Amino acid sequence: MISANALIIQLAYVVSAALFIFGLKLLGSAATARKGNTLSAIGMLVAIVAALIDQGIVSYQWIVIGVVVGGLIGAAAARMVQMTSMPEMVALFNGFGGLASLLVGWAALNGDASVFTVITIVLSVLIGGVTFTGSLIAYGKLSETMGSGAIMFRGQQVVNSFIVLGIIGAAVMLSMDPTNTTWLYTVIGLSLLFGIMAVIPIGGADMPVVISLLNSYSGLAACAAGFAINNNILIVAGSLVGASGIILTQIMCKSMNRSLGNVLFSGFGSGVTEATVVEGEIKPISVEDAYYVLEAATNVAIIPGYGMAVAQAQHVVKELTELLEQNGAEVNFGIHPVAGRMPGHMNVLLAEADVPYDQLLEMDEINPRMENVDVAIVIGANDVVNPAAREVESSPIYGMPVINVDAAKTVFVLKRSMASGFAGIENPLFYKENTRMLFGDAKESIGGLIREFS
Amino acid sequence: MDIVFLTFILMLSVFLGFELINKVPATLHTPLMSGANAISGITVVGAIALAGTGEQDLAQWLGAGAVALASINVVGGYLVTDRMLAMFKKKEGGR
Repeated sequence: MISANALIIQLAYVVSAALFIFGLKLLGSAATARKGNTLSAIGMLVAIVAALIDQGIVSYQWIVIGVVVGGLIGAAAARMVQMTSMPEMVALFNGFGGLASLLVGWAALNGDASVFTVITIVLSVLIGGVTFTGSLIAYGKLSETMGSGAIMFRGQQVVNSFIVLGIIGAAVMLSMDPTNTTWLYTVIGLSLLFGIMAVIPIGGADMPVVISLLNSYSGLAACAAGFAINNNILIVAGSLVGASGIILTQIMCKSMNRSLGNVLFSGFGSGVTEATVVEGEIKPISVEDAYYVLEAATNVAIIPGYGMAVAQAQHVVKELTELLEQNGAEVNFGIHPVAGRMPGHMNVLLAEADVPYDQLLEMDEINPRMENVDVAIVIGANDVVNPAAREVESSPIYGMPVINVDAAKTVFVLKRSMASGFAGIENPLFYKENTRMLFGDAKESIGGLIREFS
Repeated sequence: MDIVFLTFILMLSVFLGFELINKVPATLHTPLMSGANAISGITVVGAIALAGTGEQDLAQWLGAGAVALASINVVGGYLVTDRMLAMFKKKEGGR
């Protein structure tokens, strides 16, 4: 029979699990999402309070210090982060969650642990460790404190295989003798190393996939830690996050027409891109001429990419949208699922600039309308509008669904220079008959257009 | 607790997670991810028990560290998600 205290705690966990589930459900629709997030936060609070009333707790000193220090750091970071740097912030938070699971797994080990417990401890340490260092590398690539390209070297697969074998070996040794902590330290070290090795061969353009995968891992790590310390709520919440992360990852992969294996292991973008023969010539356009075309347009589509985030151009884009609408044009945004550096990145930036979300169309919605579009404005996007994905069979992105801007009557491409995109692939769009290049910083170019209008 | 019982919970939660997320519109992918990310900070609950044993041993220090790290994840995750969601607005009946 369990004590009254334990019963109350378990019931509280049931309540908090229900709140998480309901919260996640509400997060699925834009109108209720904020409420959903609040509900989920309340669920977390209930779980934490329940954990605090546990009679096994003797001293609150270190709990309070931990919560206060961590809470303050988290709150400060959440308040100060710019919307454009959201992907790396999420990666960093995620990494901390992973490290926490690693520490819990580590602390759960004692001399008389059963084989099952040792396995779950190893899993929480392994997944937590991979999440931690993997997220740090993702953070480095996203914030460009390190090169964002894929890092490949000879024998990489061999090295990785040895790491995996080492982890398995150490895990087996640990389950036979749980008192020998050397094996645990081996697992910890190798897991941390493995996280680094797993993410360095993945190029920056694939980061949306990596972030959602790591997000899934951090959930699985919490789940494994739940098994290690026999805690229901960790298992439920952890596996909810794990499953949702996997789904998101799958959606990302599908929208790039690639398998998860291909994203993780191919070193996409590090290879030599074959010289595609592109016919036609680049036709630049001045801000003034672009204005005349836009003034006559009645249907405008804007396709943003990571370049819009870099140039912080979302607010001027909103301003231009308003001017175009006052001028009688219909304006829509076409958002590719992998535009930007994390799933839904563009939507967040445009929301920050007060663009209503019903004006943001997904790829499948905007493509059929493209023929009626007078002007498609591509802002800092490249690969997601690359017609080579449809036309050039030898192209590395062949088969990836793209937004067919070339079907519009006129295409403006706002671009800094002729350098190729993140994935390093030549873009035939720039050479098309109906394409005009508006060179320069996206924010300044759009600012110029706004001045022409007023 | 019974291993089979825990595995049952795991199985059901995984299916539930798949079902919940499957039809979310792309607009919400970022807040959804960071919201889910905040939930993964649930480790804090496990860490609290470890940090409160009052024994000045390694497990307690590890627990205290885990409490701090997971708190960053939880507090930061929820606040950042809320900040993002506060910006999402529907078009107000045209002008």
